[in-house]
Amino acid sequence: MKESLGVYDYWPYEDRPRLEWPNGARVAFWVAPNIEFYELDPPANPHRKAWPQPSPAVPGYSIRDYGNRVGHRRQMALLDKYGIRGSVSLSVALCEHHPEIIDMCRERDWELFSHGIYNTRYTYGMSEAQERAMIRDAMESIHRHTGQKCAGYLAPALSHSERTLDLFAEVGSELFGDEGGFYTCDLFHDDQPTPVSVRNGKRFISVPYSLEMNDTIVYAVNKVEPRHYATMLKRHFDRLYEEGAESGTVMCIPTHNYQVSCPHRIKALEEALEYITGHDDVWVTTGREIAEHYLAHHYDTALADIEKRKGGAR
Amino acid sequence: MSLDDAYFDYPWRRHGYDHERYDWSMLADRPAINWPEGKRLAVWVNLSLEFYPLNQRGEPFPVPNGMKMPYPDLRHFTLRDYGNRVGVYRCLKAFDRHDVRPTVAINSQLARDTPYLIQRLVERDTELLCHGWNMDHLHYGGQDPEQERELVKRSLDTLNQLAGRPVRGWLSPARNQSWHTPDLLAEHGVDYCADWVNDDMPYRFRTGHGPLTMMPLSTEIEDQFVIGQNLHSEDAWVEQVKDAADFLIEEARQQGGRMLGLSLHPWMIGQPHRIACLEAVLADLMGRPEVWQATAGEILDVFNAQSKA
Repeated sequence: MKESLGVYDYWPYEDRPRLEWPNGARVAFWVAPNIEFYELDPPANPHRKAWPQPSPAVPGYSIRDYGNRVGHRRQMALLDKYGIRGSVSLSVALCEHHPEIIDMCRERDWELFSHGIYNTRYTYGMSEAQERAMIRDAMESIHRHTGQKCAGYLAPALSHSERTLDLFAEVGSELFGDEGGFYTCDLFHDDQPTPVSVRNGKRFISVPYSLEMNDTIVYAVNKVEPRHYATMLKRHFDRLYEEGAESGTVMCIPTHNYQVSCPHRIKALEEALEYITGHDDVWVTTGREIAEHYLAHHYDTALADIEKRKGGAR
Repeated sequence: MSLDDAYFDYPWRRHGYDHERYDWSMLADRPAINWPEGKRLAVWVNLSLEFYPLNQRGEPFPVPNGMKMPYPDLRHFTLRDYGNRVGVYRCLKAFDRHDVRPTVAINSQLARDTPYLIQRLVERDTELLCHGWNMDHLHYGGQDPEQERELVKRSLDTLNQLAGRPVRGWLSPARNQSWHTPDLLAEHGVDYCADWVNDDMPYRFRTGHGPLTMMPLSTEIEDQFVIGQNLHSEDAWVEQVKDAADFLIEEARQQGGRMLGLSLHPWMIGQPHRIACLEAVLADLMGRPEVWQATAGEILDVFNAQSKA
């Protein structure tokens, strides 16, 4: 085990080279609906229990199924209304289970990126070969079902190994060259994209995906009242919009249909989306487009600045 | 070190679900159901009357809201018992004041041991759901099937006899089930079950003994979840129920009838400092012209008349 993650360098937020988004936008704003499939009877993983009760875990399974049966269409209607294309963190088995949802995402030109096969199959305990095969299965499935070359990764149930980012980058290169496997959502260290070093030396970055703004963390872990979630989202945006006048920032709202789309909560999301998209200098975009723009225009500058400031402030 | 290769088998990776209990469909795609008199939202209010044994076994897990302290946990035992002595009558009064006809889910052992309570409910012509035997007799995966069959039969026989007619509905303690629970319920004459919270409308369940209808009774909006587990204020709960009704009524205008299942616990919402919030919720819902306040059985009958078995 390592003492520190060691995949990115210390890089102070102040005085970075100016980050410019298309059309002079201050904030690159994206919404990442997690469209997940949890199994009713998952196999046991020695490192993490899938459900608190013996299978069938009806309470946990059924509310997550609510997300797909009921919630998905509600959130999709809202994103349509505000001109937002979702960047879907996908349990790829959903391509087989619920292809109707995948078709609706394709029709809207939404991005689909890998969130593993099922959200009840954890990376813990996998050998390198097993994890590589799982990552490959997921990226190939997305390509087979949608034609998309999967660009991003959020590990299933945020379960990682030390090699996760390396393997994702490598499998992306094997399958799609530089057109796939080039950003991760698994790191929460910054409000701007940052370079991440991976084993094969590929140009690879982190795109900010916020746990603080993640509805499941907000509602299920931090127990926030729905209307206060709207306030949090607006405050978060306000500050990033203000700072974005100096150098571009990223705001992501990660969602789960079994949380945000419940009838007593969906108004909070709508209020925030209306507020954010009502500002002029917002680039409403996807994870992949943010990553592509950054890699094309800012990656090299960032590496040079990081190198320059490694020695200290003077 | 690695995981067993079986961890990478996905035997249910196919269209639909990873089980056979019900069909996959999105609510927005289903034919519209029309409630009586052109109403948009069916509001079903359920009060759960629960007995939490002091000598809790916790098999296979301690029931949420059950005993937490070393034996004898007088604190939680009596707090829960408060609901069945005091809170329930306060809630019934609130229902009467606002012309709400609730259903009551009751543990059969509690019904047996409190004749006054069950007689009052029967005399009020209350629609009852069997809520299992008690809160420490869970239905769970790995349970001996014959033991569970006896439990289901005893629970239903006891309540049916006390009610003087067959009970149509079932709510499992902690909403927990075994792989066999739905089959056993259908086998013993249950029409509807409220355990699975995956929809805002009734839907068909498949069992080895004919059809069963799932009547989702939302957990996310229930009193003990919002106030007890999320620690939101009572006022925030009122606001959330109103927001839910606003949204569901609007959705119903576009897509057909919707159902709001409001689950209540007398040990929670029947406290003196909370009961006014229940009354505020009931006054709001009953004051809406779009609301059809009905029991689960009445909602089910309308649903059955308009949809395939």
